[in-house]
Amino acid sequence: TTFLLGEEIEVSTFQEERERERHRAKRSDSDRERRKRGNGRRKRASRAEEGKGESQARHDRREKGRRKRTRQDNEEVEVRPESLSSEELEKLKEAVDERKKLIQVLRGKPWPMKKKCVTLWILKKESQEFVEKYEGALGKGKGRKLYAYKVMMTKKWMKFQRDFENFKTACIPWEMKIKEIESHFGSSVASYFIFLRWMYGINMILFCLTFGLVMVPEALMGRPYGTIPRKTVPRAEATSAMDFAVLWDFGGYAQYSVLFYGYYNNQRAIGWLKFRMPLSYFLVGVGTVAYSYMVVIRTMARNANESGVGDDNSFNFNWKMFTSWDYLIGNPETADNKFASITTSFKEAILEEQESRKDDNIHLTRFLRVLANFLVLCCLAGSGYLIYFVVRRSQKFALDGLENHSWWERNEVNMVMSLLGMFCPMLFDVISALENYHPRVALQWQLGRIFALFLGNLYTFIIALMDEINLKREEEKIIKFNITTWEASLYNGTVSENSTAPPVTIQPADVPRGPCWETMVGQEFVRLIISDTMTTYITLLIGDFLRAVLVRFLNYCWCWDLEAGFPSYSEFDVSGNVLGLIFNQGMICTFSQMGAFYAPCLPALNILRLHVSMYLQCWAVMCCNVPQERVFKASGSNNFYMAMLLVILFLSTLPAIYTIVTIPPSFDCGPFSGKQHMFDVIQETLELDFPAWFGKVFSYASNPGLVLPFILLMVLAIYYLQSTSKSYKEANVELKKKLQTVTQISFSPLALM
Amino acid sequence: MKLLHGRYRELAPHLVPLDYTNNPDIRVPPTLIVTMPELKENPFRDRIVETFSEDGHGNLSFNDFVDMFSALCETSPRELKTIYAFKIYDFNRDNFICKEDLKKTLNKLTKGELSPEEVLLVCDKSMEEADLDGDSKLSFSDFENMVSKAPDFLSNFHVRI
Repeated sequence: TTFLLGEEIEVSTFQEERERERHRAKRSDSDRERRKRGNGRRKRASRAEEGKGESQARHDRREKGRRKRTRQDNEEVEVRPESLSSEELEKLKEAVDERKKLIQVLRGKPWPMKKKCVTLWILKKESQEFVEKYEGALGKGKGRKLYAYKVMMTKKWMKFQRDFENFKTACIPWEMKIKEIESHFGSSVASYFIFLRWMYGINMILFCLTFGLVMVPEALMGRPYGTIPRKTVPRAEATSAMDFAVLWDFGGYAQYSVLFYGYYNNQRAIGWLKFRMPLSYFLVGVGTVAYSYMVVIRTMARNANESGVGDDNSFNFNWKMFTSWDYLIGNPETADNKFASITTSFKEAILEEQESRKDDNIHLTRFLRVLANFLVLCCLAGSGYLIYFVVRRSQKFALDGLENHSWWERNEVNMVMSLLGMFCPMLFDVISALENYHPRVALQWQLGRIFALFLGNLYTFIIALMDEINLKREEEKIIKFNITTWEASLYNGTVSENSTAPPVTIQPADVPRGPCWETMVGQEFVRLIISDTMTTYITLLIGDFLRAVLVRFLNYCWCWDLEAGFPSYSEFDVSGNVLGLIFNQGMICTFSQMGAFYAPCLPALNILRLHVSMYLQCWAVMCCNVPQERVFKASGSNNFYMAMLLVILFLSTLPAIYTIVTIPPSFDCGPFSGKQHMFDVIQETLELDFPAWFGKVFSYASNPGLVLPFILLMVLAIYYLQSTSKSYKEANVELKKKLQTVTQISFSPLALM
Repeated sequence: MKLLHGRYRELAPHLVPLDYTNNPDIRVPPTLIVTMPELKENPFRDRIVETFSEDGHGNLSFNDFVDMFSALCETSPRELKTIYAFKIYDFNRDNFICKEDLKKTLNKLTKGELSPEEVLLVCDKSMEEADLDGDSKLSFSDFENMVSKAPDFLSNFHVRI
């Protein structure tokens, strides 16, 4: 960019600079030079005014009254450059500053170019005269060069900063896609994609943790495949281990790999690094939970902060009208997007305004809302009972042996769950028409209700899982017994000395294996995620894409207008998608203390899934969906989604902690095999790896006498912080009100004028 | 400076001479100026060109051209930009932004996508928000007060050339 006025002035000063250099004289330091120059110019300017008496100059003088003062000073002071005292230097400095201010004011004047040029020409002429007068006193113009260099560096720095900002924005993944979606569909749909991207970021971190600290060490430094029984496919399954069907089901080679819990050896320290594998496994598991909680809470806190600050919409409509168009846009597509986004933003604001103006019969509304909630509760109770009934039946079937029943009876639970998941949200949607809420609030209610519905889903899943775990543990006892008999039979043929029986070499594939309930749990989770993803994609393709294709092409030969009436294009189902995302994350994250804990491959799978989802859904939204009729602004903070995520995380931590604390690990698979509890690994590490006093300190710290007062202290701290934050918020609101009244007061005298 | 002259010249090479030392009085018509890539997509391009022209019809001399870009550039002071923004949005040039001006601004911004009731609602709300002296039109001081609090006025109201 060229700022012409500034450059003109600098051009003129450069010329002076050159002249001065030609007349080398006594040196002084650069500051004094500048001051002298400035003052000289001012004096010359004022004298020139007197001499010329031009209307222009007089106009200037009228506006800057300070000039008069300087002129009087000038007449008194005999300027001899060598003998300038310090207070004269001060005056010079002042004069330079005034000069600078004059230039600034000149820049700010909406005069046409001609006028400004004339004024500048006058100033320039005067400075030339001054230079001729004082050339003897002025030294080398080195300071000026430095100043010019500094100015150029500042400009370059500004440009660099701007480019860097652009680069940073370009680096944010999918930013352009989301901006495009936002401009066409509004901020609520875009908020889903922003949420998706945020989830992706979290999963990336979790993936790095599990991959780097769990999977890679075991793969590189642990004992390779086939050396010990737990790492080998059993002889019985070996023939089918490579089949695609088996692999897709995560059996066969997939099962006996770093992807699942069962592969890991319980050796305390592996490799030349003496990497503590079981400890790392446990800590990574705990770490993923802690990280998820921390990130969610931190985001909630940040959102809460921001929503308080940027809340000034005193001139909302005006700002939208006068300051929303970006004058830098030169690209027609960007311009289209901008027009769309401005229109959408106006529609959002209009909707807010209309909603706030609505004043219906409050009693009727309340009655209808209570009725709607009652209906929804009935629905939920009905579905809850149905699920319970079906689960009971399936447990009965399982006891009878699954082969005796038809396909429907075997898959009854899954089918009922899917059907409920499809029809109940639609029912809730219809019921919510009774309630007449603001669309954003309606969305939150809808999300809450579907959430309650899915809790039933969770319940069945957990019950089924627990049953299977118990089954496997029963099996384990039997197998343990069998193994001892089998080992005894091995030694039957050899010399049975008490201590030095030669080791019998057996192929690891032939050793009878205990059932590994942890791997089974991991497999269940992975299968669930996969089937869920597949279902989402297929419904997306069929529900949205196929429907759009049908509507578009059949419209040409159909009796009524397919696009306007039924079925028309589908709208983007924000609530369904958000919930799907949250549930999956909950299942990964902490449900996955059961999930990622028992199947370290889960974060990797999730990343893949989110990645594909992002592209697929972005494409589907732009291609097959239409913007909603009533476009509303998402509550900019997304705290609602965060809150739901937090609830799910919490609900899922409970069963996870239960399994870790109560159920003993399998005796022959996984990093904790052989221990009584999984967390014994911590105890072991403390005893063996840390110095003795550490263990003592820990045992003191875990004394209930110390822990309870600490908890009490924390509760008190929370209460204190909560009350101070509330008082700050109130003070904030008071200040805002004061500011508004002050602005209004300051403008009412203007009105009187 | 040379850069600007080059850009000015390429709009109408047959009209604009290479040599400007004797200040020839050449004006480029607005139809050519709005074809500049910096202004092409701007919904207010006609108004911008009219505001900076001396005759009010959009014919810009070189001085006006330079004026326009220097007022809209990044380092131009806020007050200057506010003054010119007010002039641009004042369609009927009566030194007040009245409801008609608001309607025209809105229609240019949304390309006519909003229904008439919505347009009316927005204009009413805007007038209500910013009009402090109650004369149902926005004077310069109302406009200035409103814009001074706007967070992205400076960053959006600038053209880079």
